[in-house]
Amino acid sequence: MTAGARVLDITDFSVNYRTPHGDVHAVSQVNLGLHTGEVVGLAGESGSGKSTLAFAVCRLLRAPALITSGSVTYSGRRVALPTDVLQLGPHELQHLRWREIAIVFQSAMNALNPVLNVRDQITDAIHAHLRMPRRAALDKAASLLDLVGIPRSRLRSYPHELSGGMRQRVMIAMALAADPEIIIMDEPTTALDVVVQRDILAQIVELKESLGFAILFITHDLSLLLELADRIAVMYAGQLMEVGTAAELHHEPAHPYSRGLLNSFPSLHGPRRELAGIPGTPPDLRHPSEGCPFVPRCGYSTDACRTVDMHLERVASSADPEHVTACPFVLPETPDPDRPSPQAEQEFQA
Amino acid sequence: MNANGSGEQAVNREVVSAAAKRGPLAMEAVSISKDFRLGHGQVLHAVRDVSFALYRGAVVALVGESGSGKSTAARLLAGQERLTAGEIRLDGAPADPSTRRAFRRYKSEVQLVFQDPFSSLNPVHTVRHHLERPVRLHQGSKSRAQVAGEITTLLEQVRLIPADQFTGKYPHELSGGQRQRVSFARALAAKPSVLLADEPVSMLDVSIRLEMLSLLDDLRRRFQLALLYITHDIASARYFADEVLVMYAGEIVERGPAEELTQQPAHPYTQLLVASAPDPDNLGGALRPGAATAPRQPAASATADPGCPFSPRCPLAVDRCRSDDPALLPLSATRAAACWRLDVAAPEVLAAGRGGGP
Repeated sequence: MTAGARVLDITDFSVNYRTPHGDVHAVSQVNLGLHTGEVVGLAGESGSGKSTLAFAVCRLLRAPALITSGSVTYSGRRVALPTDVLQLGPHELQHLRWREIAIVFQSAMNALNPVLNVRDQITDAIHAHLRMPRRAALDKAASLLDLVGIPRSRLRSYPHELSGGMRQRVMIAMALAADPEIIIMDEPTTALDVVVQRDILAQIVELKESLGFAILFITHDLSLLLELADRIAVMYAGQLMEVGTAAELHHEPAHPYSRGLLNSFPSLHGPRRELAGIPGTPPDLRHPSEGCPFVPRCGYSTDACRTVDMHLERVASSADPEHVTACPFVLPETPDPDRPSPQAEQEFQA
Repeated sequence: MNANGSGEQAVNREVVSAAAKRGPLAMEAVSISKDFRLGHGQVLHAVRDVSFALYRGAVVALVGESGSGKSTAARLLAGQERLTAGEIRLDGAPADPSTRRAFRRYKSEVQLVFQDPFSSLNPVHTVRHHLERPVRLHQGSKSRAQVAGEITTLLEQVRLIPADQFTGKYPHELSGGQRQRVSFARALAAKPSVLLADEPVSMLDVSIRLEMLSLLDDLRRRFQLALLYITHDIASARYFADEVLVMYAGEIVERGPAEELTQQPAHPYTQLLVASAPDPDNLGGALRPGAATAPRQPAASATADPGCPFSPRCPLAVDRCRSDDPALLPLSATRAAACWRLDVAAPEVLAAGRGGGP
């Protein structure tokens, strides 16, 4: 997969939620880039800030969420100069959303309007963002359904008459309506069966190849990303822990959290591996601790971890300069420590 | 279902469950069916002629997509739906939980854990309340101190330690994993012999799922529970279950030992399911354009079509598949599949079964 020019550059980006009990640091100092034609996967548990990051990039969050630092630079084919999304006014934002950056939300069940049929939902989106006569918009809606493999006879169907997979396809068709440069997908297949999921992912990849947009794919399912994404960013407690290509993350994961995630899902193919999981629970983001947030659950942790300055640094042993990790102590070649819960492992093997 | 197997394989050969070696028979579903009336004279056959057995200390996984009838099967076993046909046997005797007293007795043997720990606990009640009721209902009259002691034991069994920190908490004060542990404790309070777990981990975070499964496995071993693990994730069934049953459109289409079935699936649907699971070792490969995917039909509606329910999506379907529904036929001592085209779909499994079978 050859990566093209940078279309989105997120630098030093932080988002807080204001609450009466103090600020929740949902996203802290994230740096991430997205190139044309690239699939970047954002992996993390619930509460890790991955959805907040994606929504904040489009300025879709409202109070009490507050972007406290950073910049988001968008440079697409249709804009003359790179623009900072965070500086845009309401009118320019309207122009940016959907035409340049589109979002496919997690639950198509709730994201589609139950009292509008498919045709009206799609033409609604077209009219809101493009100048187009009614007739042309109807044609466009029909051809969008063709693109995602839904028969045109379904144009007059209401969301409840469609299966979960079809609804998700309609969402994707709508995102494609204005030929965007970037599509952000927030767990688009989580509610679907594996067979339907694979089918839709194959379609997404196919569309991406033919239309050339970039994808920021958010999911908690790292095994899925390993197969789908070109690059993967692993997020924990609002911070990026590791960024690298799918192959690097799979074969030489550097950060202990990435390793933990990789050891958490049972694989169907290949020999039976030892599974370990990650003990403990994610931290409370209202009271960020000094140093690395993963320390309480980390099998490698030392006293130095509690004072370490968290930033991404190149993995020295990796040939790829873009393979970066937030952990300065553990390298891909570091052997695994004594597993936190060897007992759980034995049980699994029994 | 069509039992017309003349000239095919030895129909009378019984398939032995791969779970049977773990312990004695606890519960048996014998040809159970459930129909739902949809109105307009239409009937949905949610579960069709399904038979399987659960053994003490063993895990049987029921795998299938949403709408395949796996949750309905669990509700039937839990006594929460009435059977349309068939029989459920508990410890060898037919169970009929239709009267209130019989239902309660049945419930103290068979407990169900739900998928969503966010909606299966009552938000206005504490953990103590959730556990106190089943302890009082199912464990006879006990003094207040005994009940409190029992609650502490239950919480410790599901590793909510120290227990007294959790008893006074409300569901919203607990994480998803902790809530599901409370659900497990509530099920154990009845001291059941059979635990039906309906997607017990699919709502939880990936990093926590494994811990919950190993907890379930630990409980199974300690209390010799007969466990039915319902899931759509066939990979977790591979690691966790002794026997896997694959369900499609209300029927069991394949059954066998977990490792064998996942590594060498025989039925075309199981093959599709296994091929669709994310495979990290196949970086990018299977998702590239042009990669073969399943035909885009919706899952066969479980109405009264005569043929194999998978035939509309099956790449190997022939005329016979569309007119006759195949019965579950033995492949080996422990495996069976319902397919007319096994000689094409899985010749090596057939050959191994013929050679190695008893």
